[in-house]
Amino acid sequence: MKGITGSLLNYKIDVAPREEIKGWVSSLIALISLLAGLSVIGLIFLLKGINPFYAIFRIFSGSFGSMYGFKETITKAIPLILIAGGLTVVYRGKFWNIGAESQLLAGAAAATWIALRWGPFLPGGAAVPLMFAGGFVGGALWGIIPALLRVRFGINEVISTLMLNYVAAEFIKMLVIGPWKGKTQFGYPYTDDFPESAMLSILPGSRIHIITLVIAVAAVVFLFFLLFRTRFGYEVRVIGENQEAARYAGIDFFRTTVLMMVISGGLAGVAGVGEVAGIHHHLTYPESISSGYGFTAIIVAWLARLNPVLVIISGLFFAGILVGGDAIQISLNLPAATVNVFNGIILVFLIMGEYFQRNRISFIRIGKKWNR
Amino acid sequence: MHRIKTLEMRGISKSFHGFYANKNINLKIKSGEVLGLLGENGAGKTTLMNILYGLYKPDDGEILINDKSVRIKSPKDSMGSGIGMIHQHFMLVQNHSVAENIALGFQDVPFFFPKKYIREKILRISRQYGMEVDPDKKIWQLSAGEQQKVEILKALFLEADLLIMDEPTSVLTPQESDDLFEIIRRMTEEGHSIILISHKLDEIMSICNRVTVLRKGETVGEALVSDIDKKELARMMVGRDVFLTFDKKPMPQGDKVLEVNNLVVLGDRGNKAVNNLNFSVYRNEVFGIAGVSGNGQRELVEAITGLRKSHSGSIMLEDDTITNESARVVNTRGITHVPEERIKFGIVPNLFIYENAILKKHHSSPFSRLLFLDYDLIKEHTTNIVEKFNIAAPSINVPVKSLSGGNIQKLIIGREIESKPALLVASHPTYGLDIGATEYIRKQILNRREEGGGVLLVSEDLEELFEICDRIAVIFKGEFMGVLSAGDSSIKDIGLMMTGSLRLDSENNCRTDNKDNGADK
Repeated sequence: MKGITGSLLNYKIDVAPREEIKGWVSSLIALISLLAGLSVIGLIFLLKGINPFYAIFRIFSGSFGSMYGFKETITKAIPLILIAGGLTVVYRGKFWNIGAESQLLAGAAAATWIALRWGPFLPGGAAVPLMFAGGFVGGALWGIIPALLRVRFGINEVISTLMLNYVAAEFIKMLVIGPWKGKTQFGYPYTDDFPESAMLSILPGSRIHIITLVIAVAAVVFLFFLLFRTRFGYEVRVIGENQEAARYAGIDFFRTTVLMMVISGGLAGVAGVGEVAGIHHHLTYPESISSGYGFTAIIVAWLARLNPVLVIISGLFFAGILVGGDAIQISLNLPAATVNVFNGIILVFLIMGEYFQRNRISFIRIGKKWNR
Repeated sequence: MHRIKTLEMRGISKSFHGFYANKNINLKIKSGEVLGLLGENGAGKTTLMNILYGLYKPDDGEILINDKSVRIKSPKDSMGSGIGMIHQHFMLVQNHSVAENIALGFQDVPFFFPKKYIREKILRISRQYGMEVDPDKKIWQLSAGEQQKVEILKALFLEADLLIMDEPTSVLTPQESDDLFEIIRRMTEEGHSIILISHKLDEIMSICNRVTVLRKGETVGEALVSDIDKKELARMMVGRDVFLTFDKKPMPQGDKVLEVNNLVVLGDRGNKAVNNLNFSVYRNEVFGIAGVSGNGQRELVEAITGLRKSHSGSIMLEDDTITNESARVVNTRGITHVPEERIKFGIVPNLFIYENAILKKHHSSPFSRLLFLDYDLIKEHTTNIVEKFNIAAPSINVPVKSLSGGNIQKLIIGREIESKPALLVASHPTYGLDIGATEYIRKQILNRREEGGGVLLVSEDLEELFEICDRIAVIFKGEFMGVLSAGDSSIKDIGLMMTGSLRLDSENNCRTDNKDNGADK
């Protein structure tokens, strides 16, 4: 509704809200934002005395350029796709779950309990499904808490989901240095290793736990149909777009909100199962298990414009940055925080791109005009 | 002194989704003139004014001020050239004082004692135009009329020569409207010009010098008000003769559909908003509830439609008790509801038309099978409603927010009537709509009556109540002041009853027998 005008030499810059936006313009803006972000990152490399083109080349060659790197990228994309897929559902319903990190941990803890308690007595064909089911339930139960607090007492879910992250993280720490500490781990804060039957099978020569990957891809396709073809998806979107109309239409807030969080929390829990049963094979400190997937997934979901299927692409992209960041840490001797800086800058530029998605910018000279 | 001597919009066109909102429109106004911009909802009045105010960019055409072409690309440009707009919904900060609101967006304040300067200027301007406002009062303490004055002051502070007023009287009481017209007269004497958007013919006739009539995005007429009469204007606006009186077929009262007994409903502040009401609605009947809004109508409707819990008493639909059932159960049992704030409650603006056409019915067959929605059937159903209820839409695959107010209401009415409910509850169904849509919607309500449904109509519009109701209850502070039958009630009596100064029969005034519902029972 507002416009800004300024002058730059003899040009006038004019900003007006867009009424509609064409698909290719939208994609072009996203691409330009990305490139702009990369050039700022380049500047940072330059200050460090590193050739920016080389560094950025190394990041993407590290994640997409080699078979090894690409396999690692897929490995890290698995939890991102699962979590971001679930987040598209709750975000469409305007329930701001930023506690996926702790829902992942809850799933991981549930799977660990099943693996250690029942794994030794079960064949793999029974232990693995049981772990995934348990992980889903664990994540869902942890996710239901903020949903209940919101619908019963009107407590803002941003606060409760955020705070529950700390609760879960501390609780896991307590478990791995306390009651669950492994007897065979030489004093490290690990639980005992999972029995053979509770380890996920791996694509040879990689760390890709295939079954979780299959679940992730199936889940986002399923979520797409859930959101756009079912009664539940319809109700979620009505609640998200107009709460008053949802009330008028007799939509059950309690049931729908709780179900949304069962899906979002449950899928984060499944991601947690993949991490402990597919990669670490024991439960340990939260920061080792997750490396912030629950937060990165928020960016992944938004970059996909809350479309569950597109989450596959944006998930791979951010997994690539995570992997490439690790690669340059080693090869260019950069600090570990580099990846965070990288992610942060990209996110800032994507958000800035939103401004150009909403507004049309034109440069005006006497009688001349061209649009961007 | 005045920057705008003449303003002209020439050949303005603007389309949305390939649908012309404005097509080659011409408009001209001189200093000191009041130009009425008349047209039905969706005729393109607001789009045209948003172009003039810089909110939209026209596809074609130009704007000339004092015969020179100007480029208006944002509200800032238009304010810079002396155009101000008073929106239908006020753009004021509720917790700030009048002076603070006016100072917002005003830049030429002296460095020292800015408050004093603003206050003095407010007092001077408000005295000049006869609109006294206390600069220190907070906005939330003001009535709608006073808030509007603040908006006008804001525009005058920015030295607006031309003021666009979008349906300014829709939020005002009759007395406040008269005050507004007085202010408008004073402003034009000072050389300001006003564009008044309206679809109220009386207003146009009493205050405007000239009138431009739009229909379906095109200019269909332009005239001096002195040369034209109301009937002619109405014909231009709708494109044919309008009959605002219906041939309401006399219908014998049918079976009882709704029975309300000793109903008490609490309002948001815990007060008894509905206080011990008793009444029944029958098939083949439109039962009207008249009254100034805020006298319990909203709470009553919400209690009947399952959106609010009743405190005590009972509500029966035919032979079932529906007291305190959920909205979904009430709807399934056969009560549908046209809500009062149609955009806020009745639709989901960002969802497609077809998705909105099944709101409330989306959970049951045939639209929902097992857990999946049958989108083919839904689209077919929507196409039916769109055709049957004459909804002007570019396609059913666009967000419902791109429809005009009248078409949105037709969609809601269509949706609520299509399922042939035992009882249709309609709250202010024609509020803010133009003559064409109003006539259409009233006709649909009467159709429902003839088909055998009962209708509960809540309205503030007495003309509407007299035209389509069989019986009218007058509500005041949550109680009925009497139940009149439409035939023999006079406006004078109803006015007294609405203000609580006259009460007909205090006990059981609504439990009248089937034939005689007379006021003097």
